[in-house]
Amino acid sequence: MKVDLRVNGINRSTDTEPRTTLLDTLREKFLLNGTHAGCEHGVCGACTVLLDGEPVRSCLMFAVQADGYEITTIEGLAPAPGELSVIQDAFCETHGLQCGYCTPGMILAAHALLQHTITPTRDDIVEAISGNICRCTGYGQIIEAVQFAADRLRKANAPRPQAGADQPAEQAK
Amino acid sequence: MKPAPFDYVRPDTLAEACALLAGDEDARVIAGGQTLVPMLAMRLARPAKLIDILRLPELAGIREAAGAVIVGATTRQAQAERDPVIRASVPMLARVLPWVGHPPTRNRGTIGGSIANADPSAEIPLAAVTLGADIMLATPDGPTSMPADDFFIGPMLTSIGQGECVSAIRFPVWAHRRIGVGFFEISARRSDFAFVAAAAQVALDEEGSCIEVALGVGGVGDRPLRLDVSSLVGTGLDVSSVSDAVNAASVDMDAMSDLHASAAYRRRVARVLCIRALEQARDNAAAKSVKGAR
Repeated sequence: MKVDLRVNGINRSTDTEPRTTLLDTLREKFLLNGTHAGCEHGVCGACTVLLDGEPVRSCLMFAVQADGYEITTIEGLAPAPGELSVIQDAFCETHGLQCGYCTPGMILAAHALLQHTITPTRDDIVEAISGNICRCTGYGQIIEAVQFAADRLRKANAPRPQAGADQPAEQAK
Repeated sequence: MKPAPFDYVRPDTLAEACALLAGDEDARVIAGGQTLVPMLAMRLARPAKLIDILRLPELAGIREAAGAVIVGATTRQAQAERDPVIRASVPMLARVLPWVGHPPTRNRGTIGGSIANADPSAEIPLAAVTLGADIMLATPDGPTSMPADDFFIGPMLTSIGQGECVSAIRFPVWAHRRIGVGFFEISARRSDFAFVAAAAQVALDEEGSCIEVALGVGGVGDRPLRLDVSSLVGTGLDVSSVSDAVNAASVDMDAMSDLHASAAYRRRVARVLCIRALEQARDNAAAKSVKGAR
């Protein structure tokens, strides 16, 4: 079946079997290998992507179901090649990763949370990453990373479309 | 962990979906897919055809009707969790939804999907049975409905027939002002399947005396069970009345034994959680002002 997808702001078409998951399509057809294949039955969260900005498991949907959504993978978060998003950088700073297998899913889950609020409580963070399993860190440093990223976002001068949507940047000048 | 091959169809209308289901006994409905896709991946289910109903306009949306809120089958769990109408009018559903899966599965999983899946420990079927909701069905002969209590017949078993599809759930809305809900569950990890879950909703009059009460348990029997605690109407839901009513109602409660918990454990925990849920519901209702809106 032919399917038209929009991934990281780019329209892409592919021919796929109905049984091919979005996960396998992203990895094998589009070579977006940052989306990790873990359990492949919806338990581990390694395959998390954003669908219209909200985290979902890409192993629990088929590519043929994914047309019409804005799909964001970990490759779509960095502002430019070779750079890191604030959240990605915070994970490095706080040692929020070891083997790195869960990290793309963790970062996308954190990204969605911080799009909703830049003042999350610890409980909000725990809930947001509750569907993502990490076997290395014990989660402490991941939670620190998200808190650190939130702190940086609060202190940043750059206007963010979600957090300050009703205050145009031009007004400040 | 790759599903066996299947055909994928996305009909444009509900009637077309029912006709497709009626014409092929190996066809199955897919909506959010948060339970079905793992079953396909593990090859516990091998349907020949998947009929995607997620984008059917007839199944979407949350609307208020006389004395009820009708939740379309394809309403995402995350959407229902945030919905102001559900929060105000079906507080028990709003209360249990954070316990359903994880945020990413609630972003795709649907209310109707959880109902149709009929897991005995699932929270949404528990809320439906406890509140006496009606399950609305689309069939090749037109719409019909049945009480949730008749819909669930066993673990992953419902009375849905071939060619039929859950179209919406009609949750009754209590007319009283002071309504409170309580909910507790015990599981191995947060968001795992509940060994036992208990949900309660109570309404209090101005003096704090109970005028309506509903209580249900999930995870104990092979389907959600509604317990009769109507003897609590007229009491102040004091500790001894609540515990007497729960003990009387749970005497003959069906309970399952499995790897995780024995039937005796489930019965004992169910009684404790029922008492706690009723007390939480009472305190929740009592905190609401006598004159203010719900």
